[in-house]
Amino acid sequence: MSEPILAVSGLHARIAGQQVVEDVSFTVPSSGVTALLGRNGVGKTSTIKAVLGLIDRTGDVRLAGDRVDRLPTHRIVQRGVGYVPEDREVFAGLTVAENLRLAERDAEPRRELVERLFPDLVQRKAQRAGTLSGGQQQMVSLARALLNDNRVLLVDEPTKGLAPKIVGEVAEALEAVADTVPILLVEQNLHVVRQLATDVVVLSGGRVVHTGGAAEFLDDDDLVHRLLGVHGDHAESDASEGAPAPEASATTDTTTEEGRA
Amino acid sequence: MSTVILLLVTGLGLGALYFLVASGLSLIYGLMHVLNFAHGVFLTIGAFLGWEVGRRVSDGTWGGLLLSMLVGVVVGAIVAALTEYLLIRRLYERHIEQVLVTVGLALAGVALMEGIWGTDPIYTAKPAWLTETTEILGARIPNDRFLLIGIAVLVLLGIVLFLRGTRYGLIIRAGVENRHMVTALGIDVRRSFTLVFAIGGAAAGLGGVLASVYYGYVSAHLGSSLLIFAFIVTVIGGLGSLAGAAIASVLVAVLQQFANFYLGGTGDLAVVLALAAVLLIRPSGLMGKAAA
Amino acid sequence: MTTTNRRRIAWIAGSAAIIVLAAILPLLAIEIPGVFPGPTYTPGTLQLLAYAMLIAALALSYRLLFGLAGMLSFGHALFFAAGAYGLGVVLEWFAPSELPSEVVFIGAILITLVFGIVLSLTVGSLALRVGGISFAMVTLAFAQAGSVLIRRNPGGATGGEEGLALDITHVPEGFIGVMNTRNLYWFALGVLVFVYLVVLWVERSRAGHVAAAGRENELRVRVLGVRPYPVKLLVFTVAGALAAVAGMGYLLLQSGAAPRVATADFTLTLLVIVVLGGVGYRWGAIIGGLIYTLLDQRLTALAGSEAIAALPDVLRIPLSEPLFILGTLFILVVMFLPGGIAGIPQRLRTHRRSTALESKETVDA
Repeated sequence: MSEPILAVSGLHARIAGQQVVEDVSFTVPSSGVTALLGRNGVGKTSTIKAVLGLIDRTGDVRLAGDRVDRLPTHRIVQRGVGYVPEDREVFAGLTVAENLRLAERDAEPRRELVERLFPDLVQRKAQRAGTLSGGQQQMVSLARALLNDNRVLLVDEPTKGLAPKIVGEVAEALEAVADTVPILLVEQNLHVVRQLATDVVVLSGGRVVHTGGAAEFLDDDDLVHRLLGVHGDHAESDASEGAPAPEASATTDTTTEEGRA
Repeated sequence: MSTVILLLVTGLGLGALYFLVASGLSLIYGLMHVLNFAHGVFLTIGAFLGWEVGRRVSDGTWGGLLLSMLVGVVVGAIVAALTEYLLIRRLYERHIEQVLVTVGLALAGVALMEGIWGTDPIYTAKPAWLTETTEILGARIPNDRFLLIGIAVLVLLGIVLFLRGTRYGLIIRAGVENRHMVTALGIDVRRSFTLVFAIGGAAAGLGGVLASVYYGYVSAHLGSSLLIFAFIVTVIGGLGSLAGAAIASVLVAVLQQFANFYLGGTGDLAVVLALAAVLLIRPSGLMGKAAA
Repeated sequence: MTTTNRRRIAWIAGSAAIIVLAAILPLLAIEIPGVFPGPTYTPGTLQLLAYAMLIAALALSYRLLFGLAGMLSFGHALFFAAGAYGLGVVLEWFAPSELPSEVVFIGAILITLVFGIVLSLTVGSLALRVGGISFAMVTLAFAQAGSVLIRRNPGGATGGEEGLALDITHVPEGFIGVMNTRNLYWFALGVLVFVYLVVLWVERSRAGHVAAAGRENELRVRVLGVRPYPVKLLVFTVAGALAAVAGMGYLLLQSGAAPRVATADFTLTLLVIVVLGGVGYRWGAIIGGLIYTLLDQRLTALAGSEAIAALPDVLRIPLSEPLFILGTLFILVVMFLPGGIAGIPQRLRTHRRSTALESKETVDA
């Protein structure tokens, strides 16, 4: 396989003096979806923010072989990184059209693609983003990243808190673009992970504890239970509601890698 | 009735001055979380240099006044932009230090202007029409009030058009809401910091020239006295909200005029009490977002 | 263990030596041209030093707010003015003539102190309901109200723009007149030591630790199950009361009070002093207060000197404005010397051996 689009090694990050990412290393291949998994609070979102320079970080981050860990956030993004943040972070006071216009970096933004994927947004162009439903806001957030010809997308919990029907739509949209651009995806819903992901990276206590193929990982019920504290997606647990995985379920929480949560 | 109208229009005129200072303060705070104590200096330097140039070309005429206003705008914008570029930017994200630097600049700036132009007010000449009054419903309104109100409305419209109609305006509005997300869309938000300072400084510099028309003099302390009320206006209106600043400017100034007239000169106290009341009932101000 | 003990003893001995030195200064004839207006026993120099010590005491109380608890108040001058004007007004208007003067004098001080405490408790309990910049604005608003009230001269009580002259009927004789400046100097030194000890006590108390923790991270304090509000209010009230004590000293020293001490500018001066001296250090507030007052005084003298008058305008105008120089100095300190003056030794030390010499040193600084 060719050179990875994103290579992270020895990444550390702090928030308010507290170590939230510790010596994290992983790669995102130049095609397909890499899922970044782990229980709540293990540093998935912080890892993504550290890659983007949204929080203070040290370490080696390479985008298509070039180091970007010294660059400010906007420079990294300008090099072709699309970001869909946790909790969507649309500009509530701006209209849908303004939200999208703000995100347009390329000379020829791909408006048709966005309009095809999210026809809802076309009708709501003049509506303030703050008045949209959660699902519609997520589409605005996704659309902002898809407007530009990015080399990689960082997508953080796109289905969090959404109704099952909307979860499906969001997953479909991601599946549709995954053919054209590699994605690093943080996702709690294992159905969605199975549907989209080709590879997985599992974090625990701010460190990487597992990397490998997505299907093999999800098929290994014990491993999933041990690392994520939930049963695999065959067991109908909470996954279909898109709710976050429950906190450590104590009983099998004994692997050595887990010490520092 | 005529008294009420006089108080109302005078309040609007004073409110216009407050707005010219508060609009910049509010935008700067909204985007950068910097409480800019140096804003009074932008106003005063604009007033002094505007007066110096205006009187040399044609003192006491409309041409002279227009030139003064132009100089005030340009000087205010340049001084403010330099402040951001040379001082504030170097302390990126360190808000307390940024505030401290503006405090130092305010102290040094006022002292320097005292050194240059002296401590006493310097009385200024203005076009004859501005010294006359116009009768509205029995009230004799000094004409300079209309000038102040008219220009403040134009500035408000100008800023609104800029914010709504240009890409930089869009970036500023988005940045006030969530600066980090703006950078995460690949936009260098720092460039708009300088711009916001320049816009605020331009409005303040213009306000300085108009304040010298309103009060009839220029002095090194013109800015500091207006600044405290502009702070109050900004907080009552909601930090970061331009509309809030406009509404609060008018409310505060009118309240001040009425309390001064009907409650035995207690205008300043009334304003202070209004601030305390607003903050305790609605900590984020009239039009503000979540509490700061 | 023994090193901390030894260090503690050295610290106490050092502090005692400084206090003793300060106390015997009026008996000595030390001349430092350019710094003091005359030898140390002359009233002019003692007056200046006493004033500097009161400002240092006030700055210490402000550091308790801003430095320890992280509360950026723009209204601290209000409590200083409450002490100065409060004592002045009480001595003039509420002094029952049938009581002996000493009783009236002590009584007036106590009444003013209670007034200061009640005032800061009231302002604090309202202002602390909001945080951050809004807190700063509420304190500014209250101070502004106080300043307006004083300038308005209600019932002729405050003297308006002219200021208030001290009514000396009940003031002990030892505090009156140029000949007794020495006593006022010792009194000011006493005020400074008293304020220092109270500040030390508050900082070492549990409340002080909670307040300091709250400055860094309010959430952590809440997690510990402590409500930050009462602690902050306590610190605010103590700081206000100490400012009132310094204000009373100021009234006696200056034989009056000027409306300037109630303005927002005066609070800004305190902020400058504390940052100049070094926010992280108690000594910083004292050093800042002394240096600022002396600089202010000497720069004013310098401004009037012939050497300056002979300079070309470009240099003469800025150099003849003490506040311009102080303001510029302040900006430079904020930008390039984050620890302030008191932080310089620490910076030099960490420069020499780059191993982290952590907070151990600063605790007792």
